[in-house]
Amino acid sequence: MIEIKDLHKSYKMGSNSLHVLKGINFNVEDGELVAIMGSSGSGKSTLLNILGMLDEADSGTYVLDGIPIKNLNETKAANYRNKFLGFIFQSFNLINYKTALENVALPLYYQKMPRKQRQEKAMKYLEQVGLKEWSHHLPSELSGGQKQRVAIARAMVAEPKVLLADELTGALDSKTSYEVMELIQNINDQGNTILVVTHEPDIAQMCKRIVHLKDGVIVKDEKVKQVRAKVNV
Amino acid sequence: MFSRDTWQEIFLTIRKNKLRTVLSGFTVSLGILIFVGLVGLTNGLQNTFEYFFSQDATNVMYIFPGRTSMPYKGYKALRQIELENSDLEDIKKDFPMFVEYISPRIFRSALVKYKEESNNYTTIGVDWGQQFAEKTIMMKGRYINQEDVKNRTKNAVIGRLVEQDLFGNMNSMGKYIDVGGSVFKVVGVFQDDGGDNEERQLYIPYTTRQLIEKNTDKIGQIVIGFKEELGYTGAMAFQRSLEKYLKQKKFISPEDNNGFFIRNVADQLKQNQDFAFVLAIIAALVAFGTIIAGIIGISNIMVYVVKERTKEIGIRKAIGATPRSVISVILLESIFITTISGFLGMFIGIALLGTLGDKLMDDYFILNPGIGTGLAVFATLLLIIFGTLAGYVPAKRAARIKPIVALRDE
Repeated sequence: MIEIKDLHKSYKMGSNSLHVLKGINFNVEDGELVAIMGSSGSGKSTLLNILGMLDEADSGTYVLDGIPIKNLNETKAANYRNKFLGFIFQSFNLINYKTALENVALPLYYQKMPRKQRQEKAMKYLEQVGLKEWSHHLPSELSGGQKQRVAIARAMVAEPKVLLADELTGALDSKTSYEVMELIQNINDQGNTILVVTHEPDIAQMCKRIVHLKDGVIVKDEKVKQVRAKVNV
Repeated sequence: MFSRDTWQEIFLTIRKNKLRTVLSGFTVSLGILIFVGLVGLTNGLQNTFEYFFSQDATNVMYIFPGRTSMPYKGYKALRQIELENSDLEDIKKDFPMFVEYISPRIFRSALVKYKEESNNYTTIGVDWGQQFAEKTIMMKGRYINQEDVKNRTKNAVIGRLVEQDLFGNMNSMGKYIDVGGSVFKVVGVFQDDGGDNEERQLYIPYTTRQLIEKNTDKIGQIVIGFKEELGYTGAMAFQRSLEKYLKQKKFISPEDNNGFFIRNVADQLKQNQDFAFVLAIIAALVAFGTIIAGIIGISNIMVYVVKERTKEIGIRKAIGATPRSVISVILLESIFITTISGFLGMFIGIALLGTLGDKLMDDYFILNPGIGTGLAVFATLLLIIFGTLAGYVPAKRAARIKPIVALRDE
């Protein structure tokens, strides 16, 4: 699904250049649930941004489901993001003046799906994350866990090839974190490919594979025995 | 770009951001309102100028006798100049290409009586030409004519209010009134746009007035109507040669400007028109400045809107918004608000001007202020177009925002 070869990325900070990614090689198969771990400054978020086409690598190749991701203009990147990727952010990033349903339906709007169809589909995904009754509430009327579940529904609604989650439990207490992770595991069980960036070991243990990043290189890449989130609840 | 979905998206944004919408709309409405108001009031001022000059004919000059200020050809200074019948004849004879009509004006106050009613009024001894100079409108009967002047008839034309005062609701036509001891027959009733004062006057043949005053040939003032086709320059040339002619005839030094005065209405009209024109230019500059201020206002709001929505734009881009869709949503929202509030301001302005009418006439000399619909629409469109252009720059910048930059705020 994802093939990355010799990825480099550095940021210019005034006269200094900060080399963040120093040659990353890794592949993700279809249906995997991968945790990318590392302390802050290890380059994990940068890697996720490049995978999410929110940022561009300096060198190296990135192939997503057989499509080389290179030299994209803004419009093309937007279309790829819309079709191939679903994002889940630490701070949820819902549009605060839109209801839960409207937030979930937004990616479909950019696919130019008719309004009615869009809302039906968004409702289906809201139901899947257990928030059907909350569909007409604004984000400010939802709890943190509910907001994150709306964000997950939004990431899922366009049926992307890969879900990318950046510290998705970072703003949640541990009970809510486990609930959200349970949802992630269920989605993964349905065959969706998911990448989770985290620095919390217990969250990483709930994935099927952990990639350890340190100072811009992969130091360890291991398959783990998945801990089901339900056990902890 | 203009799909129903896009508009629904825009309406939703507008509904959910009422304060922002109201503020930017208010700026635009106010700009157009001030523009319409300013242009309208200037037009009202010009209307007043035109109204003042429309009461009397503008192809007219008046000659008033004066007192000489220097000795000349054996005459002493401070000599009172008097105009007389021969002056009328000579001017008529020597300036036939210029003169359309000529009339003396002999003002006398007189007690006018009809039965038990009496009052003091101004009587004016005139020839038939005075009717055209004063733009007198006949309500009943006729004006003083050439026969009256020739035969020194005791016919009088009375003002509307004179009739009202003396006759009440009765008809005055053919009745006899006592004017300062002489009996005159009412042959006409007139009205005049010049106001109540002018409608409390009586016109009588100037020859009759002279007969009453021991058959004198003095005539007070002279009013000359010159041919309209002379235009402004022709009228000025006529005035100069008439001055020279009269100075020669009355033995007044060519350097002495106090022997008599000529009031040339065409000249005054020209000066007032020039004044009004300059005023209009100043107002136009200020009005144009208002439009520019409005455009700058919209750009400021657009910059603010884009800044406020940076995160939202980042989110939208992360989930698949193309730069084009970002630009079009921001711009269409701006165009929509500008158009609605622009035309709202325009209609409010036009409606306000419409209700003013002549209410500001007495204190501010503004009559029937208004603005051409074409100009108002043009200014509104100008604001919309340039407001859109001004909004395009921040919208374009917004579309280029990298999602990671927009989302990186924690």
